[in-house]
Amino acid sequence: MPLCDYTTSQLDVLEAESIHIMREVVAEFERPCLLFSGGKDSIVMLRIAEKAFWPAPIPFPLMHVDTGHNFPEVIEFRDRRVAELGARLIVASVQDSIDAGRVVEETGRRASRNRLQTVTLLDAIEEHEFDAVFGGARRDEEKSRAKERVFSFRDEFGQWDPKNQRPELWNLYNPRIRKGEHIRVFPLSNWTELDVWDYIRRENLELPSIYFAHTRKVFERDGMLLADSPYVNRGDDEPVFEATVRFRTVGDMTCTGAVESTARTVDEVIAEIAATRITERGATRADDRFSEAAMEDRKKEGYF
Amino acid sequence: MDILRFATAGSVDDGKSTLIGRLLYDSKAIFEDQLQAVERTSRARGTEYLDLSLITDGLRAEREQGITIDVAYRYFATPRRKFIIADTPGHIQYTRNMVTGASTADLAIILIDARKGVLEQSRRHAFIASLLRVPHLVLAVNKMDLVGYSQERFEEIREEFTAFASKLNVTDLTFIPISALHGDNVVSRSENMPWYQGSSLLHHLENVHIASDRNLVDVRFPVQYVIRPQKATDPRFHDYRGYAGQVAGGVLKPGDEVLHLPSGLTTRITAIDTYDGPVQEAFPPMSVTLRLEDDIDISRGDMICRPHNQPTVTQELDAMVCWMSESVKLTPRAKFAIKHTTRTARVLVRDVQYRLDINTLHREESVKTLALNEIGRVTFRVTQPLFVDEYARNRATGGFILIDEASNATVGAGMIVDAR
Repeated sequence: MPLCDYTTSQLDVLEAESIHIMREVVAEFERPCLLFSGGKDSIVMLRIAEKAFWPAPIPFPLMHVDTGHNFPEVIEFRDRRVAELGARLIVASVQDSIDAGRVVEETGRRASRNRLQTVTLLDAIEEHEFDAVFGGARRDEEKSRAKERVFSFRDEFGQWDPKNQRPELWNLYNPRIRKGEHIRVFPLSNWTELDVWDYIRRENLELPSIYFAHTRKVFERDGMLLADSPYVNRGDDEPVFEATVRFRTVGDMTCTGAVESTARTVDEVIAEIAATRITERGATRADDRFSEAAMEDRKKEGYF
Repeated sequence: MDILRFATAGSVDDGKSTLIGRLLYDSKAIFEDQLQAVERTSRARGTEYLDLSLITDGLRAEREQGITIDVAYRYFATPRRKFIIADTPGHIQYTRNMVTGASTADLAIILIDARKGVLEQSRRHAFIASLLRVPHLVLAVNKMDLVGYSQERFEEIREEFTAFASKLNVTDLTFIPISALHGDNVVSRSENMPWYQGSSLLHHLENVHIASDRNLVDVRFPVQYVIRPQKATDPRFHDYRGYAGQVAGGVLKPGDEVLHLPSGLTTRITAIDTYDGPVQEAFPPMSVTLRLEDDIDISRGDMICRPHNQPTVTQELDAMVCWMSESVKLTPRAKFAIKHTTRTARVLVRDVQYRLDINTLHREESVKTLALNEIGRVTFRVTQPLFVDEYARNRATGGFILIDEASNATVGAGMIVDAR
């Protein structure tokens, strides 16, 4: 028997690992849910969930933390995809948190609801008593995420303690928590941005249109192109112009930057990413630009 | 393209961070914005050259203290392979991190400072790599520029380390003289060391043969989850019952006769299902769903194997244990939860046979407890039978973790030595 024939491609290995992680969670937790933003990573995660439990339906609800400032194309896509799957979607609304006085809207030019999402997310986890929450974060995204576990323990305040993480060996994940605590689970930990795109191509996954080049009214801030929208406080010194752009990540309209691009297909996007010299968060996320440890600080508070 | 997972061991002083920074930089896995951040920090610290070690700094405390606290995972790819680096700190207090990083590694790189030679910590790293059965070991003799690219010095270190390694279970050991700072023999062969005939480090990483490291002989399928679509809209699936799991060993095919543990009943595989359709064979690390001919009561934690090749069914474990807790010690009579494959049970510590001095490999038989970062041989009694193999034969069915039931923390990692 020629043993050396049993090779497996990198996407097959990553997919098998992610399926294993999802099945572990469903076998060991009572109330898991999957964070679905309509972004590419959560779209990949959803396909993994379909695969892990087929022919049974996905055995947990999806949840979207909606800032109210999302791209309409993404919300439309989210609702359509959820309907196709017959899945249950919980929308946790930042606007509701503001109305209830749980958080206060930021003011000023750089006002964004990005940071407020953490409170809405943690409140929703508590309200629905979720004990495991799937997130699409990847370790290649950002330096503090490079140290994140696949099963990432959160205390009763939803906090992450990076210096006191549970060792994680082989494929043996520790699911034990007390009531009120939860585990964030990252099935795509070992995927890179390019792996995600290769997988989207292989699986022929549909994405929201904003991932591909389109003409849009934008303005420049801090060397980034932001979409002009009613949610963003644009100054008079920030003139609007039309450009052909696409988005590499999908977040709040107030802090997600566009990149100039002519890539209109998955193949063209892959070619563009393979040649790019800027990380996806570096290119497009104002929220990571506050300081060198911006993501680390938000993660400790309980951010995605 | 396949994936190579490798662990790097060494301290900042050995140039480990510089080496990883160099691999990422030269393989173009470092992006402009990351590089600019490194340039800014290098300048702020008064470093004249681009300090590539800053690339791997993660947490705030690490930057402040100039140390690595935890395992960090890094990614890069060449046209031949995708690489996952488990970047582990080298200090003695971080043995648990190296154990963690090595547990999934196909290869380990141990950094040695050419000026200092083989130190205690180099021996420790090599021992941990062999204990965790990392199949391939690379000894990267770094800072060759500081010893005048001396072949003699390199050979001295090679001889000393080879002598030590002969006491370990190391099957594949490669020595490469490098300078991470200047890039000699990292990505391409160095002109400064014409006497070195081997490949560069990256070339070695791209070409080392890992496909045969997996166990494709002993069929082991730990049942992870039973799939029973209760509200299936498709009438074909009304009576569907599938056993989902990740293949831990061997090759499974439809029609194969298989044996279920703990029942000992035999049946046949009728189909191996995936979302993308049935497959004709399944092998590690595939995640699949098995359908079986007979209606046997099977649940999570059970094992499917071949009738003539079964794991050991036992409630007694004899294992090397690495202890990972600061607050709890392993002592005789202590009880813990154990997670082995997909089965969770409880164990009682019967005896600590010895603690191992991981620098000298001396067995300290009078020591009866294990504290943080200590390694020893321990026997356990388990509340229910586990289906085990020796770790040396199969990492997936020979490894387990121990969980403290009071704090829920993962406190130990075990590798089964003797499966009776």
